[in-house]
Amino acid sequence: MSSAQASHRTSEFDAVTHVYEPHRVGLPPIRPYVRELWRRREFAFELSRTSLRAQHFDTVVGQIWLLLNPLLLSCVYFVLVDILRQKTGGIVFFAHLMAALFAYHFVTDSLRQAVKSVTGGGRLILNTAFPRILLPAASVLVALRKFLPTVFVFIPVAFIASIPFGAHLLWVVPIAALFVVLATGLAMLVAALQVYFRDLKTFLTYGLRVWLYASPILYYASEVPDRYGFLLVLNPLAPLLTAWSDVIDRGLSPDPADLALGAAWAVVLFVGGALFFISREREFAVRL
Amino acid sequence: MSSLSASRKPRIQVEDVSVTYRTSLERAPTLKSTLLRLGRRQRVIREIEALKGVSFSVPHGKVLGVVGANGAGKSTLMRTVAGILPPNSGRVEVNGRVSTLLSLGVGFNRRLTGRENVVLGGLAAGLTRAELREKYDEIVEFAELEEFMDMPMRTYSSGMYGRLAFAVAVTMHPDILIIDEALSVGDARFRRKSFERMRELCSEDRTILLVSHALASIEKLCDDAIWLHKGRMQMWDEPAAVIEAYTEFLGIADEDHEPDPVTMEDV
Repeated sequence: MSSAQASHRTSEFDAVTHVYEPHRVGLPPIRPYVRELWRRREFAFELSRTSLRAQHFDTVVGQIWLLLNPLLLSCVYFVLVDILRQKTGGIVFFAHLMAALFAYHFVTDSLRQAVKSVTGGGRLILNTAFPRILLPAASVLVALRKFLPTVFVFIPVAFIASIPFGAHLLWVVPIAALFVVLATGLAMLVAALQVYFRDLKTFLTYGLRVWLYASPILYYASEVPDRYGFLLVLNPLAPLLTAWSDVIDRGLSPDPADLALGAAWAVVLFVGGALFFISREREFAVRL
Repeated sequence: MSSLSASRKPRIQVEDVSVTYRTSLERAPTLKSTLLRLGRRQRVIREIEALKGVSFSVPHGKVLGVVGANGAGKSTLMRTVAGILPPNSGRVEVNGRVSTLLSLGVGFNRRLTGRENVVLGGLAAGLTRAELREKYDEIVEFAELEEFMDMPMRTYSSGMYGRLAFAVAVTMHPDILIIDEALSVGDARFRRKSFERMRELCSEDRTILLVSHALASIEKLCDDAIWLHKGRMQMWDEPAAVIEAYTEFLGIADEDHEPDPVTMEDV
Protein backbone atom coordinates (compact mmCIF):
# COMPACT_ATOMS: atom_id res chain seq x y z
CA MET A 1 0.00 0.00 0.00
CA SER A 2 2.53 2.61 -1.06
CA SER A 3 1.43 6.13 -1.68
CA ALA A 4 3.15 6.20 -5.05
CA GLN A 5 0.75 3.60 -6.26
CA ALA A 6 -2.11 5.23 -4.42
CA SER A 7 -1.58 8.79 -5.50
CA HIS A 8 -2.90 8.42 -9.01
CA ARG A 9 -6.11 7.02 -7.68
CA THR A 10 -7.71 10.29 -6.80
CA SER A 11 -11.35 9.55 -6.35
CA GLU A 12 -13.50 11.15 -3.75
CA PHE A 13 -14.41 8.08 -1.78
CA ASP A 14 -11.31 6.07 -2.38
CA ALA A 15 -10.20 4.28 0.75
CA VAL A 16 -6.57 5.17 0.25
CA THR A 17 -6.16 8.64 -1.21
CA HIS A 18 -8.76 11.32 -0.99
CA VAL A 19 -8.57 14.55 -2.91
CA TYR A 20 -11.11 17.23 -2.18
CA GLU A 21 -11.40 20.06 -4.63
CA PRO A 22 -14.08 22.62 -5.31
CA HIS A 23 -16.95 21.03 -7.17
CA ARG A 24 -18.47 22.62 -10.17
CA VAL A 25 -22.18 22.30 -9.48
CA GLY A 26 -22.08 18.88 -10.83
CA LEU A 27 -21.64 15.29 -10.16
CA PRO A 28 -18.82 13.55 -8.39
CA PRO A 29 -17.19 10.78 -10.44
CA ILE A 30 -20.06 8.35 -10.80
CA ARG A 31 -18.19 5.07 -10.89
CA PRO A 32 -16.41 5.44 -7.52
CA TYR A 33 -19.61 6.87 -6.08
CA VAL A 34 -21.55 3.78 -7.04
CA ARG A 35 -18.74 1.52 -5.83
CA GLU A 36 -18.77 3.25 -2.46
CA LEU A 37 -22.55 3.07 -2.36
CA TRP A 38 -22.44 -0.66 -2.92
CA ARG A 39 -19.71 -1.12 -0.33
CA ARG A 40 -21.89 0.54 2.29
CA ARG A 41 -25.20 -1.09 1.37
CA GLU A 42 -25.21 -2.80 4.76
CA PHE A 43 -25.73 0.63 6.27
CA ALA A 44 -29.02 1.09 4.43
CA PHE A 45 -30.21 -2.37 5.51
CA GLU A 46 -29.23 -1.75 9.10
CA LEU A 47 -30.80 1.70 9.12
CA SER A 48 -34.11 0.36 7.81
CA ARG A 49 -34.08 -2.43 10.39
CA THR A 50 -33.31 0.04 13.15
CA SER A 51 -36.05 2.47 12.04
CA LEU A 52 -38.62 -0.31 12.10
CA ARG A 53 -37.44 -1.28 15.55
CA ALA A 54 -37.73 2.33 16.66
CA GLN A 55 -41.33 2.32 15.40
CA HIS A 56 -41.89 -0.90 17.42
CA PHE A 57 -42.61 -3.02 14.38
CA ASP A 58 -40.43 -5.77 15.80
CA THR A 59 -42.99 -6.51 18.51
CA VAL A 60 -46.02 -8.80 18.15
CA VAL A 61 -48.49 -5.95 18.49
CA GLY A 62 -46.50 -3.93 15.96
CA GLN A 63 -46.63 -6.82 13.47
CA ILE A 64 -50.37 -7.24 13.98
CA TRP A 65 -50.89 -3.53 13.46
CA LEU A 66 -48.87 -3.76 10.27
CA LEU A 67 -51.40 -6.30 8.96
CA LEU A 68 -54.51 -4.83 10.52
CA ASN A 69 -54.01 -1.23 9.46
CA PRO A 70 -54.09 -1.77 5.67
CA LEU A 71 -56.96 -4.24 6.05
CA LEU A 72 -59.06 -1.73 7.98
CA LEU A 73 -58.20 1.04 5.53
CA SER A 74 -59.30 -1.13 2.61
CA CYS A 75 -62.59 -1.83 4.38
CA VAL A 76 -63.21 1.87 4.99
CA TYR A 77 -62.56 2.78 1.35
CA PHE A 78 -64.65 -0.15 0.18
CA VAL A 79 -67.66 1.09 2.14
CA LEU A 80 -67.05 4.63 0.93
CA VAL A 81 -66.97 3.60 -2.72
CA ASP A 82 -69.96 1.29 -2.24
CA ILE A 83 -72.03 4.18 -0.90
CA LEU A 84 -70.95 6.62 -3.59
CA ARG A 85 -71.63 4.21 -6.43
CA GLN A 86 -74.86 2.89 -5.04
CA LYS A 87 -74.08 -0.52 -6.40
CA THR A 88 -71.70 -2.96 -4.86
CA GLY A 89 -68.49 -4.01 -6.59
CA GLY A 90 -68.42 -7.16 -4.49
CA ILE A 91 -65.44 -9.08 -3.30
CA VAL A 92 -63.67 -8.83 -6.67
CA PHE A 93 -63.65 -5.07 -6.40
CA PHE A 94 -62.47 -5.42 -2.82
CA ALA A 95 -59.49 -7.44 -4.08
CA HIS A 96 -58.72 -4.75 -6.65
CA LEU A 97 -58.98 -2.01 -4.04
CA MET A 98 -56.73 -3.87 -1.66
CA ALA A 99 -54.01 -4.69 -4.18
CA ALA A 100 -53.92 -1.15 -5.55
CA LEU A 101 -54.07 0.46 -2.11
CA PHE A 102 -51.18 -1.66 -0.82
CA ALA A 103 -49.02 -0.70 -3.79
CA TYR A 104 -49.94 2.95 -3.34
CA HIS A 105 -49.11 2.71 0.35
CA PHE A 106 -45.72 1.26 -0.40
CA VAL A 107 -44.86 4.22 -2.64
CA THR A 108 -46.23 6.89 -0.31
CA ASP A 109 -44.72 5.26 2.79
CA SER A 110 -41.36 5.45 1.04
CA LEU A 111 -41.85 9.17 0.45
CA ARG A 112 -43.09 9.87 3.96
CA GLN A 113 -40.00 8.20 5.41
CA ALA A 114 -37.63 9.68 2.86
CA VAL A 115 -38.71 13.28 3.19
CA LYS A 116 -37.15 13.51 6.63
CA SER A 117 -34.27 11.12 6.00
CA VAL A 118 -31.66 13.74 5.14
CA THR A 119 -32.79 16.52 7.44
CA GLY A 120 -33.09 13.99 10.26
CA GLY A 121 -29.59 12.64 9.68
CA GLY A 122 -28.00 15.72 11.28
CA ARG A 123 -24.96 14.59 13.17
CA LEU A 124 -24.24 11.70 10.86
CA ILE A 125 -24.17 14.01 7.86
CA LEU A 126 -22.12 16.64 9.67
CA ASN A 127 -19.48 14.22 10.88
CA THR A 128 -19.20 11.35 8.44
CA ALA A 129 -18.40 11.26 4.74
CA PHE A 130 -20.57 8.67 2.99
CA PRO A 131 -22.86 8.59 -0.06
CA ARG A 132 -25.95 10.32 1.25
CA ILE A 133 -28.19 8.42 -1.16
CA LEU A 134 -28.11 5.63 1.40
CA LEU A 135 -30.53 7.64 3.55
CA PRO A 136 -33.51 7.78 1.13
CA ALA A 137 -32.63 4.24 0.00
CA ALA A 138 -33.07 3.06 3.58
CA SER A 139 -36.49 4.76 3.66
CA VAL A 140 -37.62 2.75 0.65
CA LEU A 141 -36.39 -0.40 2.37
CA VAL A 142 -38.45 0.47 5.45
CA ALA A 143 -41.55 0.84 3.27
CA LEU A 144 -40.74 -2.43 1.51
CA ARG A 145 -40.42 -4.23 4.83
CA LYS A 146 -43.82 -2.88 5.81
CA PHE A 147 -45.31 -3.84 2.45
CA LEU A 148 -44.21 -7.48 2.34
CA PRO A 149 -46.40 -8.75 5.21
CA THR A 150 -49.48 -7.25 3.55
CA VAL A 151 -49.10 -9.87 0.83
CA PHE A 152 -50.29 -12.38 3.42
CA VAL A 153 -53.37 -10.31 4.12
CA PHE A 154 -54.15 -10.26 0.42
CA ILE A 155 -53.82 -14.00 -0.25
CA PRO A 156 -56.98 -15.10 1.64
CA VAL A 157 -58.96 -12.26 0.03
CA ALA A 158 -57.73 -13.41 -3.37
CA PHE A 159 -58.95 -16.92 -2.60
CA ILE A 160 -62.37 -15.76 -1.48
CA ALA A 161 -62.73 -13.59 -4.55
CA SER A 162 -61.48 -16.59 -6.58
CA ILE A 163 -59.37 -14.37 -8.77
CA PRO A 164 -57.77 -16.19 -11.70
CA PHE A 165 -54.59 -18.03 -10.88
CA GLY A 166 -52.01 -18.66 -13.59
CA ALA A 167 -48.70 -17.91 -15.22
CA HIS A 168 -49.72 -14.30 -15.90
CA LEU A 169 -49.21 -13.67 -12.17
CA LEU A 170 -45.46 -13.76 -12.83
CA TRP A 171 -45.92 -10.23 -14.20
CA VAL A 172 -46.23 -9.17 -10.57
CA VAL A 173 -42.46 -9.36 -10.19
CA PRO A 174 -41.39 -6.85 -12.89
CA ILE A 175 -44.27 -4.51 -12.05
CA ALA A 176 -43.37 -4.57 -8.36
CA ALA A 177 -39.76 -3.87 -9.32
CA LEU A 178 -40.93 -0.83 -11.28
CA PHE A 179 -42.85 0.38 -8.22
CA VAL A 180 -39.60 0.16 -6.25
CA VAL A 181 -37.67 2.07 -8.93
CA LEU A 182 -40.33 4.79 -9.05
CA ALA A 183 -40.52 5.05 -5.26
CA THR A 184 -36.73 5.31 -4.97
CA GLY A 185 -36.56 8.07 -7.57
CA LEU A 186 -39.23 10.14 -5.87
CA ALA A 187 -37.72 9.38 -2.45
CA MET A 188 -34.37 10.88 -3.52
CA LEU A 189 -36.16 13.89 -4.94
CA VAL A 190 -38.20 14.72 -1.85
CA ALA A 191 -35.31 13.97 0.52
CA ALA A 192 -33.11 16.52 -1.27
CA LEU A 193 -35.88 19.10 -1.69
CA GLN A 194 -36.73 18.96 1.99
CA VAL A 195 -33.24 20.34 2.73
CA TYR A 196 -34.09 23.49 0.79
CA PHE A 197 -37.78 23.75 1.64
CA ARG A 198 -38.43 22.59 5.17
CA ASP A 199 -42.19 22.83 4.79
CA LEU A 200 -42.24 20.34 1.92
CA LYS A 201 -43.26 17.65 4.38
CA THR A 202 -46.53 19.48 5.06
CA PHE A 203 -47.28 19.94 1.37
CA LEU A 204 -46.38 16.33 0.71
CA THR A 205 -49.19 15.14 2.96
CA TYR A 206 -51.71 17.03 0.84
CA GLY A 207 -50.06 15.95 -2.36
CA LEU A 208 -50.18 12.28 -1.45
CA ARG A 209 -53.86 12.51 -0.58
CA VAL A 210 -54.67 14.09 -3.95
CA TRP A 211 -52.52 11.44 -5.59
CA LEU A 212 -54.64 8.70 -4.02
CA TYR A 213 -57.81 10.05 -5.61
CA ALA A 214 -56.14 10.73 -8.95
CA SER A 215 -54.93 7.15 -9.28
CA PRO A 216 -56.97 4.13 -10.38
CA ILE A 217 -57.34 2.74 -6.87
CA LEU A 218 -60.89 3.52 -5.77
CA TYR A 219 -61.99 2.86 -9.35
CA TYR A 220 -60.80 0.86 -12.34
CA ALA A 221 -58.71 2.63 -14.96
CA SER A 222 -61.21 1.47 -17.61
CA GLU A 223 -63.98 3.41 -15.85
CA VAL A 224 -62.23 6.75 -16.18
CA PRO A 225 -64.21 8.96 -18.60
CA ASP A 226 -62.34 10.39 -21.59
CA ARG A 227 -62.33 13.93 -20.25
CA TYR A 228 -60.14 12.72 -17.36
CA GLY A 229 -58.00 10.46 -19.53
CA PHE A 230 -55.02 12.76 -19.15
CA LEU A 231 -54.80 11.74 -15.48
CA LEU A 232 -53.86 8.23 -16.51
CA VAL A 233 -50.99 9.52 -18.64
CA LEU A 234 -49.64 12.32 -16.47
CA ASN A 235 -49.89 10.43 -13.20
CA PRO A 236 -46.68 8.38 -12.90
CA LEU A 237 -48.44 5.78 -10.76
CA ALA A 238 -51.46 5.30 -13.02
CA PRO A 239 -49.99 3.02 -15.71
CA LEU A 240 -48.27 0.82 -13.15
CA LEU A 241 -51.42 0.56 -11.04
CA THR A 242 -53.44 -0.30 -14.13
CA ALA A 243 -51.03 -3.07 -15.07
CA TRP A 244 -50.94 -4.23 -11.43
CA SER A 245 -54.71 -4.48 -11.30
CA ASP A 246 -54.93 -6.23 -14.68
CA VAL A 247 -52.52 -8.91 -13.54
CA ILE A 248 -53.66 -9.42 -9.97
CA ASP A 249 -57.41 -9.16 -9.98
CA ARG A 250 -58.52 -9.39 -13.61
CA GLY A 251 -56.41 -12.33 -14.68
CA LEU A 252 -54.96 -10.54 -17.69
CA SER A 253 -51.51 -9.93 -19.02
CA PRO A 254 -50.65 -6.25 -18.68
CA ASP A 255 -51.25 -3.91 -21.60
CA PRO A 256 -47.82 -3.29 -23.21
CA ALA A 257 -48.67 0.42 -23.46
CA ASP A 258 -49.23 0.64 -19.70
CA LEU A 259 -46.06 -1.28 -19.06
CA ALA A 260 -44.00 0.94 -21.36
CA LEU A 261 -45.42 4.18 -19.97
CA GLY A 262 -45.02 2.97 -16.39
CA ALA A 263 -41.44 1.90 -17.01
CA ALA A 264 -40.68 5.22 -18.70
CA TRP A 265 -42.05 7.16 -15.72
CA ALA A 266 -40.13 5.00 -13.26
CA VAL A 267 -36.83 5.35 -15.11
CA VAL A 268 -37.22 9.09 -15.68
CA LEU A 269 -38.03 9.72 -12.02
CA PHE A 270 -35.23 7.46 -10.85
CA VAL A 271 -32.55 9.00 -13.04
CA GLY A 272 -33.82 12.53 -12.41
CA GLY A 273 -34.07 11.99 -8.66
CA ALA A 274 -30.65 10.39 -8.45
CA LEU A 275 -28.93 13.11 -10.50
CA PHE A 276 -30.58 15.86 -8.50
CA PHE A 277 -29.72 14.23 -5.20
CA ILE A 278 -26.11 13.39 -6.02
CA SER A 279 -25.35 16.80 -7.49
CA ARG A 280 -26.70 18.44 -4.34
CA GLU A 281 -25.62 16.09 -1.62
CA ARG A 282 -22.24 17.68 -0.94
CA GLU A 283 -24.05 20.83 0.05
CA PHE A 284 -26.24 19.13 2.65
CA ALA A 285 -23.69 19.44 5.46
CA VAL A 286 -23.75 23.22 5.09
CA ARG A 287 -27.50 23.43 4.88
CA LEU A 288 -28.43 21.46 7.94
CA MET B 1 0.32 -0.77 7.25
CA SER B 2 2.56 2.18 6.59
CA SER B 3 5.49 1.51 4.34
CA LEU B 4 8.51 3.73 4.19
CA SER B 5 7.52 5.25 0.90
CA ALA B 6 4.35 6.59 2.48
CA SER B 7 6.33 8.60 4.99
CA ARG B 8 7.97 10.72 2.30
CA LYS B 9 4.68 12.22 1.33
CA PRO B 10 2.65 14.33 3.74
CA ARG B 11 -0.37 12.51 5.06
CA ILE B 12 -2.48 15.62 4.91
CA GLN B 13 -1.84 18.40 2.44
CA VAL B 14 -4.05 21.47 2.55
CA GLU B 15 -3.36 24.03 -0.16
CA ASP B 16 -4.90 27.47 -0.12
CA VAL B 17 -8.29 26.21 0.98
CA SER B 18 -11.25 28.54 1.31
CA VAL B 19 -14.71 27.56 2.44
CA THR B 20 -17.69 29.87 2.17
CA TYR B 21 -21.11 29.11 3.52
CA ARG B 22 -24.22 30.63 2.16
CA THR B 23 -26.65 30.68 5.00
CA SER B 24 -30.07 32.12 4.82
CA LEU B 25 -31.14 34.44 7.57
CA GLU B 26 -34.47 32.72 7.83
CA ARG B 27 -34.75 30.27 10.65
CA ALA B 28 -35.47 27.46 8.27
CA PRO B 29 -35.90 27.77 4.51
CA THR B 30 -39.44 27.00 3.41
CA LEU B 31 -41.35 26.81 0.18
CA LYS B 32 -43.87 29.30 1.46
CA SER B 33 -41.29 31.95 2.26
CA THR B 34 -39.60 31.38 -1.11
CA LEU B 35 -42.88 31.96 -2.91
CA LEU B 36 -43.64 35.05 -0.82
CA ARG B 37 -40.20 36.42 -1.56
CA LEU B 38 -40.53 36.00 -5.33
CA GLY B 39 -42.75 39.05 -5.53
CA ARG B 40 -40.47 41.23 -3.45
CA ARG B 41 -37.02 40.24 -4.60
CA GLN B 42 -35.25 40.32 -1.31
CA ARG B 43 -31.80 38.89 -0.85
CA VAL B 44 -31.81 36.97 2.36
CA ILE B 45 -28.61 35.07 1.79
CA ARG B 46 -25.60 35.90 3.90
CA GLU B 47 -22.17 34.60 2.99
CA ILE B 48 -19.87 33.47 5.74
CA GLU B 49 -16.23 32.96 4.90
CA ALA B 50 -15.35 30.21 7.32
CA LEU B 51 -11.87 29.57 5.93
CA LYS B 52 -9.75 31.93 3.86
CA GLY B 53 -6.67 30.63 2.05
CA VAL B 54 -5.49 28.14 4.63
CA SER B 55 -2.44 26.05 3.73
CA PHE B 56 -0.52 23.56 5.81
CA SER B 57 0.61 19.99 5.73
CA VAL B 58 0.96 17.24 8.26
CA PRO B 59 3.74 14.72 7.67
CA HIS B 60 3.20 11.02 8.25
CA GLY B 61 2.98 10.13 11.92
CA LYS B 62 2.91 13.69 13.26
CA VAL B 63 0.39 15.38 15.50
CA LEU B 64 -0.89 18.79 14.55
CA GLY B 65 -2.71 20.92 17.08
CA VAL B 66 -5.27 23.51 16.02
CA VAL B 67 -6.12 26.42 18.28
CA GLY B 68 -8.39 29.40 17.82
CA ALA B 69 -11.33 31.17 19.38
CA ASN B 70 -14.91 30.01 18.88
CA GLY B 71 -15.95 30.64 15.31
CA ALA B 72 -12.38 30.71 14.02
CA GLY B 73 -13.10 27.94 11.53
CA LYS B 74 -11.58 25.00 13.37
CA SER B 75 -14.52 22.66 12.95
CA THR B 76 -14.94 23.71 9.32
CA LEU B 77 -11.29 22.86 8.74
CA MET B 78 -11.76 19.43 10.33
CA ARG B 79 -14.82 18.72 8.20
CA THR B 80 -13.03 19.80 5.05
CA VAL B 81 -10.12 17.46 5.75
CA ALA B 82 -12.58 14.66 6.49
CA GLY B 83 -14.25 15.25 3.10
CA ILE B 84 -17.59 16.28 4.54
CA LEU B 85 -17.53 19.89 3.36
CA PRO B 86 -16.18 20.58 -0.11
CA PRO B 87 -13.76 23.53 -0.34
CA ASN B 88 -14.80 26.48 -2.50
CA SER B 89 -11.25 26.89 -3.72
CA GLY B 90 -7.96 25.18 -3.09
CA ARG B 91 -7.19 21.54 -2.68
CA VAL B 92 -7.06 18.99 0.11
CA GLU B 93 -5.20 15.73 -0.25
CA VAL B 94 -5.46 13.06 2.38
CA ASN B 95 -3.60 9.76 2.24
CA GLY B 96 -5.13 7.10 4.39
CA ARG B 97 -8.28 6.14 6.14
CA VAL B 98 -9.75 8.94 8.19
CA SER B 99 -11.67 8.71 11.40
CA THR B 100 -13.23 11.86 12.72
CA LEU B 101 -14.15 12.16 16.32
CA LEU B 102 -17.60 13.08 17.29
CA SER B 103 -17.39 11.35 14.17
CA LEU B 104 -18.51 8.04 13.03
CA GLY B 105 -21.69 10.00 13.51
CA VAL B 106 -22.25 8.56 16.93
CA GLY B 107 -25.38 9.91 18.51
CA PHE B 108 -26.98 11.06 15.29
CA ASN B 109 -30.30 9.73 16.38
CA ARG B 110 -30.99 10.15 20.07
CA ARG B 111 -33.96 7.85 19.99
CA LEU B 112 -31.77 4.93 19.01
CA THR B 113 -29.72 2.99 21.52
CA GLY B 114 -25.99 3.40 22.00
CA ARG B 115 -25.41 0.07 20.31
CA GLU B 116 -27.48 1.00 17.24
CA ASN B 117 -25.71 4.32 16.97
CA VAL B 118 -22.28 2.70 17.09
CA VAL B 119 -23.21 0.11 14.47
CA LEU B 120 -24.90 2.58 12.10
CA GLY B 121 -22.14 5.17 12.48
CA GLY B 122 -19.50 2.53 11.82
CA LEU B 123 -21.26 1.15 8.75
CA ALA B 124 -21.71 4.67 7.36
CA ALA B 125 -18.01 5.28 7.89
CA GLY B 126 -17.31 2.26 5.72
CA LEU B 127 -16.47 -0.42 8.27
CA THR B 128 -17.64 -3.96 7.72
CA ARG B 129 -19.84 -5.83 10.15
CA ALA B 130 -16.95 -8.13 10.99
CA GLU B 131 -14.71 -5.17 11.85
CA LEU B 132 -17.46 -3.68 13.98
CA ARG B 133 -18.07 -6.92 15.86
CA GLU B 134 -14.38 -7.12 16.57
CA LYS B 135 -14.18 -3.57 17.95
CA TYR B 136 -17.51 -3.36 19.69
CA ASP B 137 -16.52 -4.82 23.07
CA GLU B 138 -13.38 -2.75 23.14
CA ILE B 139 -15.43 0.41 22.57
CA VAL B 140 -17.92 -0.42 25.30
CA GLU B 141 -15.18 -1.33 27.71
CA PHE B 142 -13.27 1.86 27.09
CA ALA B 143 -16.36 4.02 27.37
CA GLU B 144 -17.40 2.11 30.55
CA LEU B 145 -21.00 2.09 29.40
CA GLU B 146 -21.78 -1.66 29.55
CA GLU B 147 -25.20 -1.30 31.14
CA PHE B 148 -26.23 1.66 29.00
CA MET B 149 -25.57 0.38 25.49
CA ASP B 150 -29.13 -0.84 24.98
CA MET B 151 -30.74 2.33 26.20
CA PRO B 152 -31.76 5.18 23.88
CA MET B 153 -29.06 7.81 23.67
CA ARG B 154 -31.44 10.53 24.75
CA THR B 155 -31.16 9.06 28.24
CA TYR B 156 -27.39 9.59 28.22
CA SER B 157 -25.75 12.39 30.11
CA SER B 158 -23.50 14.64 28.05
CA GLY B 159 -20.50 13.02 29.70
CA MET B 160 -21.59 9.53 28.69
CA TYR B 161 -22.30 10.79 25.23
CA GLY B 162 -18.78 12.19 24.88
CA ARG B 163 -17.21 9.08 26.33
CA LEU B 164 -18.90 6.88 23.75
CA ALA B 165 -17.87 9.16 20.89
CA PHE B 166 -14.29 9.26 22.11
CA ALA B 167 -14.17 5.50 22.57
CA VAL B 168 -15.46 4.89 19.03
CA ALA B 169 -12.96 7.25 17.43
CA VAL B 170 -9.86 5.96 19.20
CA THR B 171 -10.79 2.32 18.80
CA MET B 172 -11.13 2.34 15.04
CA HIS B 173 -7.38 2.51 14.40
CA PRO B 174 -7.55 4.81 11.42
CA ASP B 175 -4.43 6.05 9.62
CA ILE B 176 -5.51 9.58 10.30
CA LEU B 177 -7.43 10.61 13.36
CA ILE B 178 -9.24 13.92 13.59
CA ILE B 179 -10.24 14.89 17.08
CA ASP B 180 -12.36 17.88 17.91
CA GLU B 181 -12.53 19.01 21.55
CA ALA B 182 -12.14 15.48 22.72
CA LEU B 183 -10.22 15.76 25.89
CA SER B 184 -12.87 17.70 27.69
CA VAL B 185 -15.38 14.87 28.07
CA GLY B 186 -16.33 12.92 31.13
CA ASP B 187 -15.20 13.19 34.69
CA ALA B 188 -11.68 13.79 35.89
CA ARG B 189 -10.85 10.09 35.83
CA PHE B 190 -12.10 9.59 32.31
CA ARG B 191 -10.20 12.66 31.17
CA ARG B 192 -7.04 11.21 32.63
CA LYS B 193 -7.73 7.94 30.84
CA SER B 194 -8.46 9.61 27.52
CA PHE B 195 -5.38 11.77 27.85
CA GLU B 196 -3.30 8.62 28.38
CA ARG B 197 -4.97 7.02 25.37
CA MET B 198 -4.23 10.11 23.29
CA ARG B 199 -0.62 10.09 24.37
CA GLU B 200 -0.43 6.42 23.37
CA LEU B 201 -1.98 7.16 19.96
CA CYS B 202 0.31 10.13 19.42
CA SER B 203 3.40 8.08 20.15
CA GLU B 204 2.26 5.43 17.66
CA ASP B 205 2.87 5.81 13.99
CA ARG B 206 -0.30 7.76 13.43
CA THR B 207 -1.20 11.11 11.95
CA ILE B 208 -3.47 13.16 14.16
CA LEU B 209 -5.25 16.46 13.88
CA LEU B 210 -6.18 17.69 17.32
CA VAL B 211 -8.50 20.60 17.97
CA SER B 212 -8.68 21.61 21.57
CA HIS B 213 -9.18 24.55 23.83
CA ALA B 214 -7.05 22.77 26.39
CA LEU B 215 -3.80 24.45 25.48
CA ALA B 216 -1.81 22.39 27.93
CA SER B 217 -2.74 19.19 26.07
CA ILE B 218 -1.84 20.73 22.73
CA GLU B 219 1.56 21.62 24.08
CA LYS B 220 2.16 18.15 25.52
CA LEU B 221 0.80 16.08 22.65
CA CYS B 222 1.51 17.93 19.41
CA ASP B 223 4.55 18.20 17.18
CA ASP B 224 3.23 21.30 15.40
CA ALA B 225 0.39 23.69 15.86
CA ILE B 226 -1.59 26.16 13.81
CA TRP B 227 -3.63 29.07 15.04
CA LEU B 228 -6.75 30.06 13.17
CA HIS B 229 -8.38 33.42 13.58
CA LYS B 230 -11.55 34.35 11.72
CA GLY B 231 -10.83 31.84 9.01
CA ARG B 232 -7.23 32.86 8.41
CA MET B 233 -4.17 31.02 9.53
CA GLN B 234 -2.27 33.32 11.86
CA MET B 235 0.60 31.03 12.63
CA TRP B 236 2.08 27.60 11.93
CA ASP B 237 4.92 26.76 14.25
CA GLU B 238 6.08 24.80 17.27
CA PRO B 239 3.22 24.31 19.76
CA ALA B 240 4.92 26.36 22.47
CA ALA B 241 5.43 29.36 20.19
CA VAL B 242 1.87 29.23 18.81
CA ILE B 243 0.36 28.95 22.27
CA GLU B 244 2.44 31.84 23.54
CA ALA B 245 1.31 34.08 20.70
CA TYR B 246 -2.27 32.89 21.01
CA THR B 247 -2.56 33.48 24.75
CA GLU B 248 -0.96 36.87 24.36
CA PHE B 249 -3.51 37.68 21.70
CA LEU B 250 -6.35 36.48 23.90
CA GLY B 251 -5.14 38.72 26.68
CA ILE B 252 -5.25 41.76 24.43
CA ALA B 253 -8.47 40.85 22.71
CA ASP B 254 -10.30 40.26 25.92
CA GLU B 255 -12.93 42.85 25.20
CA ASP B 256 -14.37 41.87 21.86
CA HIS B 257 -13.62 38.15 22.05
CA GLU B 258 -14.62 36.07 24.94
CA PRO B 259 -11.90 33.56 25.58
CA ASP B 260 -13.15 30.19 26.65
CA PRO B 261 -12.76 29.91 30.42
CA VAL B 262 -11.35 26.41 29.92
CA THR B 263 -8.53 27.90 27.91
CA MET B 264 -7.58 30.17 30.69
CA GLU B 265 -7.77 27.45 33.31
CA ASP B 266 -5.57 25.23 31.33
CA VAL B 267 -2.84 27.75 30.70
